[in-house]
Amino acid sequence: MKEFIFKPFGEMTEADYQTVGFKSGLEIHQQLLTDKKLFCRCPAGIYSDNYDAEILRHMRPTLSELGVYDGTALMEFKTKKEIIYRINRNTVCTYEMDDTPPFLINEDALDIALGIGMLYNCKLVDELHIARKQYLDGSIPTGFQRTAIYAVDGWIPYKDRKVKIVQMSIEEDSCREVADYNHNRIYLTDRLGMPLIETVTGPDMRTPQEVAEVGWICAKLVRSTHKVRRGIGAARQDVNVSVEGGTRVEIKGVPKIGMIPLLTHNEAMRQWNLLRLREELKRRGITPETFKAKDFDITSLIKKPHYIPLKNAVESKLKIRCVVLKGFKDLLRWQTQTDTYFSKEISDRVRVIACLTTIPNIIHSDSRTDTITSSDWLKVKKHVEATDNDTLIIVWANDDDIQTAVNEIIIRSKEATIGIPSETRQALSDGTNGFERILPGADRMYPDTDLPPKKIAEDRIDKIKSGLPEQFWKRKAWYKELKIPPDTIDELSISKYAELFKKAVSEWKINPVTAAVILVQYPKRLSKSSYVIDSINEEMMLSILKAYADGKLTYDFILTAMKISTELGMFVEEIIPEPISENDLEKEILFAEQQMAKLKFIKDKNAGSIIMGILMNKLRGRISAKDIAQKLNLPQRSLKNAK
Amino acid sequence: MPNNSDYKGYKGQALETLQKFNALVWSDVEISTADGDFKGLILPRSETADEFHIVLKIPVGYNIGIAAKRIQSINILGRKEAHYKIPEKEFPYDPKKPRVKLLGTGGTIASRLDYRTGAVIPAFSPGELYGSVPELADYCNLETEKLYGEFSENIGPKHWKGVAEAIGKEIEKGVQGIVIGHGTDIMHHTAAALSFMVQNPPVPIVMVGSQRSSDRPSSDAALNLIHSVKTASESDIAEVMVCMFGPTSDMYALLHRGTRVRKMHSSYRSTFRTIGDIPIATVSREKITPIRNDYKRRRKDKDVIINPVFEEKVSIVYYYPNMQPDIIDSLVDNGYRGIVIAGTGLGHVNKPMYPALKRAKEKNVAVYMTVQTLWGYVQMYVYDTGRDMMELGVIPAANMLPEVAYVKLGWALGQTDDPEKVKEIMLTPIAGEITEREPSNGYLIYQGGLPEVEDFIRQFRK
Ligand SMILES: [Zn+2]
Repeated sequence: MKEFIFKPFGEMTEADYQTVGFKSGLEIHQQLLTDKKLFCRCPAGIYSDNYDAEILRHMRPTLSELGVYDGTALMEFKTKKEIIYRINRNTVCTYEMDDTPPFLINEDALDIALGIGMLYNCKLVDELHIARKQYLDGSIPTGFQRTAIYAVDGWIPYKDRKVKIVQMSIEEDSCREVADYNHNRIYLTDRLGMPLIETVTGPDMRTPQEVAEVGWICAKLVRSTHKVRRGIGAARQDVNVSVEGGTRVEIKGVPKIGMIPLLTHNEAMRQWNLLRLREELKRRGITPETFKAKDFDITSLIKKPHYIPLKNAVESKLKIRCVVLKGFKDLLRWQTQTDTYFSKEISDRVRVIACLTTIPNIIHSDSRTDTITSSDWLKVKKHVEATDNDTLIIVWANDDDIQTAVNEIIIRSKEATIGIPSETRQALSDGTNGFERILPGADRMYPDTDLPPKKIAEDRIDKIKSGLPEQFWKRKAWYKELKIPPDTIDELSISKYAELFKKAVSEWKINPVTAAVILVQYPKRLSKSSYVIDSINEEMMLSILKAYADGKLTYDFILTAMKISTELGMFVEEIIPEPISENDLEKEILFAEQQMAKLKFIKDKNAGSIIMGILMNKLRGRISAKDIAQKLNLPQRSLKNAK
Repeated sequence: MPNNSDYKGYKGQALETLQKFNALVWSDVEISTADGDFKGLILPRSETADEFHIVLKIPVGYNIGIAAKRIQSINILGRKEAHYKIPEKEFPYDPKKPRVKLLGTGGTIASRLDYRTGAVIPAFSPGELYGSVPELADYCNLETEKLYGEFSENIGPKHWKGVAEAIGKEIEKGVQGIVIGHGTDIMHHTAAALSFMVQNPPVPIVMVGSQRSSDRPSSDAALNLIHSVKTASESDIAEVMVCMFGPTSDMYALLHRGTRVRKMHSSYRSTFRTIGDIPIATVSREKITPIRNDYKRRRKDKDVIINPVFEEKVSIVYYYPNMQPDIIDSLVDNGYRGIVIAGTGLGHVNKPMYPALKRAKEKNVAVYMTVQTLWGYVQMYVYDTGRDMMELGVIPAANMLPEVAYVKLGWALGQTDDPEKVKEIMLTPIAGEITEREPSNGYLIYQGGLPEVEDFIRQFRK
C-alpha cells in the first residue's frame, strides 16, 4: 500500500485523491410529482406527524429468488426489533398498513420515469418486471420495496467526458423514521408508497467535488421536467465511495448535495486509515488466521464502579463482559475519520446490532478518558489474563443482548485484519459517518408475484418523447451562442419557460437577451415586490411575449402587464393602454417642458433623462421609450434612465 | 438436443429466439441488441406471460424483459441454475415435549416460487419448517404429513373426508394435538366439515394458514404457525378451531370455533372473525387466554367419532330481488337433493319463488333457510311471508352461517335420505353451529369514523 497520510478536507489536491484511488458514484432518489401513490390510490405528498393508529410488526428473513439469504437480512433479524408504524387514515389505506394486494402501477408515475430515463440517454427496457427488494430494517412494513428497473446504460456529459448512468428504477418510497431506541423503532407511514425513481451512476467521479458537481447535473436534469417533487426529502442521494484496495461503502440518505464533498472525503479517509490499520496489524503479526479474542463474564468483578454508565448497569443488574483483543494495544485509538477513532466502529456495531443504543455502550483500555479506576482495570486485566500488548473492551447489557454485543465486538475487530467491511453508513451532520447496516447484495431481490410483467409499448415511448424538454446542457450551449447573461443561463436552461423562450427567439424573432430577462428575471422581480407569482403560467407568458412580438405591447409595459395579469390570473389585451396620438404626444411634451422650466438647478446634461422620466411615468405602455426619445431628438443613452 | 422443458415457459417468437442461439433457461449470457448489450441470467418465463419477451436477471438482482425481436445475438458465458430450497434442519426431539402432527393440504404456510405460473407454491416438511421457523421446537415434537398440495379453492368434500380420516388415525396413534395447514379462502368450510365429521375429539384440532405468503419478510405465516402449534401442544381446548391473526399487528391470534368462523376480508391479515358469538380464546407466543369457558376439554381417551360422509348434490342459493323461480327449478331438475337459501332479513325470498319451493318439497329436496346478513337468527314466523314459506316446507336453520348450513346439509344427506332424519341432524347442534342465544357482544361491527371508535383504535394496536 502507498505511503500516504490523509490531509484535512480542503488541503487534499486532485493529485492526492488520485494517489489514494478515490472513486465514487451516486444513487439518487427523486420523488415524482403525481397525485397518487405508486401502487395504491392514496394521495401522495401529504405529510403529517399526526396519527390515528399504530401497528406492530416483526420481520423475518426470507429466501431470494435464487434460494439464498441476504447478509443484511440476517443482520436485521439478529437485532430483533419491535417495529411500530404510525398510521394516518388520510394518507394510508390497507395496502400500506396490511400489505393487501397492490393495484396496477400508477401510469402517470411511469410516464414521468420513462421520460427522465430518456433524458439520461438510457435504453428503456421492453418489459417491466416488478421486484421485491427486501428491507428488514422495517422502513417498509411489508419487509420489501416494490421496485423495477426500467432503463439502463445511459450517460450525462461532465467536463470533457461522459459519466455513466448504470440503471434507473421506479419504486415506492419508504417510511419516515421517528425514533430508534433499544429494541424499538418507530415509523411514520405518510411518505410510504410515493413514487420515486432511483438513478445509479457509474463509480466515475475522482474527487469529492466531482461527486457534488455530477449530483447537481442530475438534479437539474430532473428538475427541467417540472414533474418531480421539490423540498426537504424530495431528493436524497446515496453516495458510494471506495479507495484503492478498499471496498464499496454506501453513505445513505444524504439530504443535500452540498454535504457530499466533506462526507466523501471523510469516508475515503476512513477507508484509507482502515487499510493502514490492517497494515499495522499485519506488522504486529495479526492476520485473519492469527487473530485472537476471548471474552469473560466480569459481572461479579465490578462491584461498585463510580463511572456512571457502569454504575447504572450494576444497579440494573445487567451482565458485564470483557473482550480481550490480543495484541491490539492502542489500536482502538487509531484514527479513522476527523476526530473519530476505531473504537467508534465497534461501538456502532454494538449499538445497531445488539441494540445497545445508550452511548457510551463500551469502554476500552486504550481510552485516555476516565472510565473505571486504574485499580479496577488492573483487576480485570488480571482476571482475563491480558498482557500489556492487549486491549480490553468492556460491554454491559441484559441477558438477551449481551452475547450479541460480545459477538459483534469480536466480529468487527477481526474484520480489521481483513480490511473494510461492505457497509451502508449513515451521514452525520458533522460530515463524518456511522455504521447503519451490512451492505445488501443482489440476494435480496425476489420477483413480485402479485403483479404481472408490464410491456412498455413503442407508441407510449414516442408520445412521452414528444413532450420531453430538451436536455438542459444542449440549451445552455445555444444560450451561450446567443450571449445570454451567464447568471440567467443556468436558470433558463431548466426553466418551465425554456421551450417558450425557444419559440420567442426562433419564431417570433424577439431579442434573446430581452426574452431571457422577461422569462427569468421579471417573475423574480414581481415576487420581490410581494406579488404572488403562483398564477404566472406558461400560457400567460406566451400571450404577453406574443403581444410584444406583434408590436401590440411596448417593452416598457411588459412588467406592468405581468403585474396586472398576475392579479387577474390571466393576460388579456384589454389591459394594453391605447397608443397615444401624435397630437396628444405633442401636448404632453409641451406640458413636460413647462414643468421642466419650473425646476431649478438642472444641469444641461441631465435634462434629457429628466424629461424622459416625466413622460414615461405618464405614458408607459402607450408609446415606447424609443419613440419618445426619437421625437425629442435625444441620444439613445437617455433610454436607460427611463425604464 | 435440448427439449422444450429447457426453455421453461417460453413460446412463440421468444422460444424461437432462444432456440436459435441455444440459450437455455439458467444460461448466463450476454445479449446484443441494436441499442447495446445486456448481461444476465435467462430466467424461466411465466406461462401466462406473452411470447415476445425474454426475462433476464441482471447482475444487480433485478429482472428485466427484452423484446425477442430486438435480439441480434446471444453469447452464452455459463450456466447458473437457482436452487430454491428452504434450508432444511432436522427437527430436534425432546422427550418432555408433546407430540404434534401437522397435516398439510396446501396453502401458503411455507412457500416457494413457481416459475411456471409466476405464483407461489407451498413447500413443506418438518425440516423445512424448522429451518424457517425454529421457534416451533420450543413447543413440541413436530411430525408432518402432506395429504394434499392444493390451493384453497380446489379443496372439496373428497379432501374433507380424507383429512377427517387422517385425524382419526393420528388420534388413534396418540398425538397430543393436530395442526392442519390450509389455504385461507375456504378454510371456514373445511373447519365446519371437520367439526361435523370429527366429533368428540380428545385433543385440539387447529386449522391454520397465512394471508401473506412466507416469501415475504412480513408474512403472517411464521407467527400463525407458532400460535397454532402452541395451541395444539398446550391448550386444553379439544375442538376444531381456526387459528389466525386477531389484529393486523404481529401480536396474537384468535381461536375461532370451527362452525362459527368466516373469512370476512378478501385480503386483510385479520380476516377471520367469529360471527354471532365470541371466539374461544386468544393465543400469543407466551400464553393461551380463554375468553369463554364452555369449550370441550382435552381428554386422555381416544374416543373420537369419525363420520366422513358427504352428499355432493347440495347447493347454496344467494337470494336477490327479482330472483326467478327457475333457479330453484333447475337445481331440482338437475337432481340436487339439498338447497340452502341465504335469504334477506329474517330469512325471506319473494312470492314468485313459492311454486318452485313447493315443487322442491314435493320432489323430496331438503330446503333450509339461512340469512345473508350473517349476524342474527332466521325468524320466519315473524312475518306472513316467512310463515308461508314454512308451510311450503322451507326449514329455518336458526343462526347457522350459510356456508356452515351448506356443509352440514351435505353431511346430513350423506347419512340419510329421510327428510325427518335430515331435519333432526340439521337442527341438533353438534359443534356450536346453532347457539341458543346470541350474546350481547356477539355482534360488534364498529363503524369507522365515529369519534369513540377512533379513540378506541388509537389506544390499541390494530
Ligand atoms: Zn394506500
